[in-house]
Amino acid sequence: MMHPIPSGTRDVLPEEMRELRAITGAIQEVFDAAGYGELYTPALEHESVLRRGDPDAAKPAYRLFDENGSVLVLRSDMTIPIARVVATRYEDAEPPLRFAYLAHAYRSVRPQRGEAREQLQAGIELIGAPGAEGTAEALTVLCRSLDAAGLTSYRIGLGDAALYPRLLTEARVPGPAQRRILHELVTRDFVGLARELEGCGGDEELLRIPQLRGGIEILDRAGAAADGLRALHALLEPGVAGRMIFDLGLIRDLGYYTGAIFEVYDDALGVPLGGGGRYDDLLGRFGRSLPAVGWAVEVERLHVALAGRRGPRS
Amino acid sequence: MNAPLTIAVPRGALMAGTLDLLDAIGVDTAEVRSNDRKLLFDDAGIVTMRPSDVPTYVEAGAADLGITGKDVLREQSEREVVELVDLGFGPCKMIFATEAGDPDPAREALRRLGVMRIATKYPKIATRHFARTGRMAEIVEVHGSVELAPLTGLVEGIVDLTATGTTLRENGLVIREELFDASARLIANPVSYRLKSAAIDRLLERVRAAGHPA
Repeated sequence: MMHPIPSGTRDVLPEEMRELRAITGAIQEVFDAAGYGELYTPALEHESVLRRGDPDAAKPAYRLFDENGSVLVLRSDMTIPIARVVATRYEDAEPPLRFAYLAHAYRSVRPQRGEAREQLQAGIELIGAPGAEGTAEALTVLCRSLDAAGLTSYRIGLGDAALYPRLLTEARVPGPAQRRILHELVTRDFVGLARELEGCGGDEELLRIPQLRGGIEILDRAGAAADGLRALHALLEPGVAGRMIFDLGLIRDLGYYTGAIFEVYDDALGVPLGGGGRYDDLLGRFGRSLPAVGWAVEVERLHVALAGRRGPRS
Repeated sequence: MNAPLTIAVPRGALMAGTLDLLDAIGVDTAEVRSNDRKLLFDDAGIVTMRPSDVPTYVEAGAADLGITGKDVLREQSEREVVELVDLGFGPCKMIFATEAGDPDPAREALRRLGVMRIATKYPKIATRHFARTGRMAEIVEVHGSVELAPLTGLVEGIVDLTATGTTLRENGLVIREELFDASARLIANPVSYRLKSAAIDRLLERVRAAGHPA
């Protein structure tokens, strides 16, 4: 007999659950050892509150009315709720603050892609640790977590959300053209990027730079705009630095990133396992202005990667 | 990294140009050319499929690279793939066409009924085009011989891809609007694009050296 569950959701039976627990247990030991305290926030939030953090409220897929007619959403990530907690419950606490979570986030799915509506995320937020030092710590905890989970062949794509806009500004590309150019980059269309750059007289180098991926040497092409990434690289211990693939065209689609951004790749999976970055303006929108950095890894994708096969998107 | 690249090759109109390009950059396509039924060519790292399936395989990482038309990429604009190069071959136009004559039957339908019926294999492209230009259109999705739809009275107009316009003319249809130019594009899986960047960049260099615009 078939009693369906919504597409993009699944039941997890004890055998798989034991495997997932082994992964999350190993990661939580890393969080504990690094001084990150676990935090839980409600799955349901007021949409109006999430909108303070991001005009799109981090793109919630599920809205509902409570008994008073208020609009609630199922959280689509943990970063904005934690920013809310910091501003309300840690108003006077001395930074830096270190939080970790193991929680579900809810996303819309595109039909027939095998995407998950409900994703178990493991992640951290490091609040009040500015610049390269903070980002280096977050990347170190990320690598330790993936190592502890048993992943061996992963790489981390590392870019800077502010780098390419800065190069465009230095090249005196006007604002409206910048927005069109960045749209092509966000949608990963280098043919469109070439067309838009040609339209505003942008030079060949502006087309080449966002296509550079590789070691630290590629930063030379971007000049002073890459100083932030250079400083970050200098702080990474060799085992962490060796995982990095610098990517000068990396842009993530969430609107709150301000500096370094990163994504986790493994050749067993055609999609990133997770990612994160700096969001130095987000907490200020909730009334406690502190620089911050964080990341999340999707536990079920990590599980697929550990199984070492190209599996379905999850 | 030296991991071999898997390339999704479109069957149909773009296949000849694709295989010529692959030959020009040093990928051996002899087996693909000689065997029309086989789909997977492990030695050459080639898989063959319908052009509209190429973004599906590349997005999921089942192929590292793929070649397909810009029309397919526009219709499947939500696919997370990296569009690397306009390969230039397979030039076409996406057009809006109706039966020849005055008044234009689609315009007449809009005037009298406030809505026109449009047949297409590209429902998203057609929907976006008429929404953007402020006209009510009811989109009818068909899978082949779109020109037949207005001739039988199913619809008043079509949105379709045309290379020379010959089929349109032979069926008494005229182009009323051009939406965009399309041609073959090289696309990459976003994870392969980073993890296999050296191999992909070497292949891109050879593509550029083979005379295709970058």
